[in-house]
Amino acid sequence: MLEIKDLHAAIDGNEILKGVNLSVPKGQVHAIMGPNGSGKSTLANALAGKPGYVVTSGQVTFLGQDLLAMAPEVRARAGLFLSFQQPVEVPGVRLDQFLRAGYNAINKSRDLEELDPIKFDKLLRRQAKIVEMDPAMTRRAVNEGFSGGEKKRSEILQMAVLEPRLAILDEPDSGLDVDALRIVAGGINQLRTPENSILLVTHYQRILDYITPDAVHILVNGKIVRSAGKELALEIESEGYDRYEESGKELLQPAG
Amino acid sequence: MTVANTEVDAVAAQGYKYGWVTDVESDVAPKGLNEDIVRWISAKKSEPEFMLKWRLKAFRHWLTLLENDQHPKWANVHYPPIDFQDVRYYSAPKAKAKLDSLDEVDPEILAAYEKLGIPLQEQKRLAGVAVDAIFDSVSIATTFREELSKHGIIFCSFSEALKEHPELVRKHLGSVVPYTDNFYAALNAAVFSDGSFCYIPKGVRCPLELTTYFRINTAETGQFERTLIVAEEGSYVSYLEGCSAPMRDENQLHAAVVELVAHDNAEIKYSTIQNWYPGNEEGKGGIYNFVTKRGHCKGQNSKISWTQVETGSAITWKYPSVILQGDGSIGEFYSVALTKGYQQADTGTKMIHLGKNTRSKIISKGISAGHGNNTYRGLVRVMPKADNAWNFTQCDSLLLGDKCGAHTTPYVEVRNNTAHLEHEAFTSKVDEEMLFYCSQRGMSNEDAQSLIINGFCKEVFQKLPFEFAVEATRLLELNLEGSVG
Repeated sequence: MLEIKDLHAAIDGNEILKGVNLSVPKGQVHAIMGPNGSGKSTLANALAGKPGYVVTSGQVTFLGQDLLAMAPEVRARAGLFLSFQQPVEVPGVRLDQFLRAGYNAINKSRDLEELDPIKFDKLLRRQAKIVEMDPAMTRRAVNEGFSGGEKKRSEILQMAVLEPRLAILDEPDSGLDVDALRIVAGGINQLRTPENSILLVTHYQRILDYITPDAVHILVNGKIVRSAGKELALEIESEGYDRYEESGKELLQPAG
Repeated sequence: MTVANTEVDAVAAQGYKYGWVTDVESDVAPKGLNEDIVRWISAKKSEPEFMLKWRLKAFRHWLTLLENDQHPKWANVHYPPIDFQDVRYYSAPKAKAKLDSLDEVDPEILAAYEKLGIPLQEQKRLAGVAVDAIFDSVSIATTFREELSKHGIIFCSFSEALKEHPELVRKHLGSVVPYTDNFYAALNAAVFSDGSFCYIPKGVRCPLELTTYFRINTAETGQFERTLIVAEEGSYVSYLEGCSAPMRDENQLHAAVVELVAHDNAEIKYSTIQNWYPGNEEGKGGIYNFVTKRGHCKGQNSKISWTQVETGSAITWKYPSVILQGDGSIGEFYSVALTKGYQQADTGTKMIHLGKNTRSKIISKGISAGHGNNTYRGLVRVMPKADNAWNFTQCDSLLLGDKCGAHTTPYVEVRNNTAHLEHEAFTSKVDEEMLFYCSQRGMSNEDAQSLIINGFCKEVFQKLPFEFAVEATRLLELNLEGSVG
């Protein structure tokens, strides 16, 4: 699904990603964990093609295609979705209109049916259940006056509607209370299929109590310093990132 | 449309869709302005004596303003001096005598309106819209007159109103915008050739949207129309005007006057979709749109609401205003002004609170792209007797790119300390975060931009009659094509 080879990326000339290697196979959920400032969000945004996140070297293949050669909207149409850590407000634009515009743009690029507002509303109502969202909320302006939890739920609703092949979830758990976390994580679980993959970026282990990853990668100082199974998250929970931060490079090989 | 397809395509490529010229034989005045021209226009229209006298007074007043260099200079717009002797003040398609029905209208002109998307014949019937079509200086046709007259509503061209209802015209003409008001109001009073007249009798709710479409066709012609709407006690009317003009290299002058009078408990909703030719990409040509619009909330609890979507014209200079005289009267102003290329707009409103418990609301949305320059200029004045006056003003600006400008110049004069005024202003750029959010959901940059801009303008578009809100949305999209950075 996704193959990242020696990815280097910079913001304003400062190198943040310093050679990331990662492979996410079809149907798997991979968690990227790391301390603040390790480059987790940079990785997510660079993969989605956010302006200002400059890839200086490396290769990324997505479904066999050169991801880095594509414009952000082309990546989205190819099936790459980013759930934003802090999604922006779009004043005056209703969430349902916003999402239908995206849905139809993607479908159009694939020669699939573009939905009129009535048909789209049906789809939206169905998918809103996944994140236990009142459909009335989709008639509010995008993220305008949304609480932290509503923003995260709205992001997962968008994932549910757009049905991406690869969803990159940038801290979908940050700022959530236990109930909201359960709803968001439950929504993500319902969207797992053998055909799609999820790259879940998180600072804390707690969301992984709900979502069982196939692999966990520790990102420190722009590099993946360790990769292992789901048990790695628990180890982080008890020991923290300190040992990786102190001695970064030596731990490149899986530690015993 | 088949005949004109290539022509239309060529025009679309240049960004202005309505830039073609219709080939009709016209009756035009020689260039220049003097008393003879004023008399000639009045005679052409077989006007009553009082009208000619009024025009001449206005003309003489205008001459003194011209001699003393009294044209408005305070607006934040820049253009070379206008040679008023190089303008034609009257142009009318040659008609075969008087028209009894639309069937007798020159088919070229009907086709021109079809091309503008304004079928005068049938389609609008379904939409419940009555149309007055003004081509250069004269009204071509007014639809649905009979149906409206059943309700006692008069909706006709200004010329006809002068013939058929001279007493009504005489009573209200210049009562809201006197010819002494300003330079262009004086000029308009002297030479205006037509416009729409609308009278809603007591207690009548006008069942149709009334619409006037203005079209400038002839070269080197100024358009000076005058609209007068009178809403008697307890009546309601919603009126919309639309404007377009051919693409020409020289600037053309449009100096209109609109007067609205609302009596006790009457409501007038006045909407404008202005799409005069804005000039080419280098800023050559385009319409100078110097317009005086004012409403008079004369009666208690009357309401006047201006909604405007301004996308055209090289220069726009207009401040639709409301004089809130009746106690409890309400004035509203909702505006979207778009400037791109080298367009300049200095627009806003004046809310003059005279009566007690009067309320006004101003929502202004300025969008600047390219080298466009957009100024909001507004005045809220609360007079000593206006107890408990209330105003809310919100002026937002949206910048696309870094060569355009947005300015906000609010004036506030309060002479009564019970007044309550609020003012909010924001300037924002269509930021990368927003665009990226949209493109991450699969939208192209153009789609994303039009979505964001429509969201920005939503509060204003919601105030337009439904079918025109759709038109306004399309117009903005069309105007912003290719202006994404």
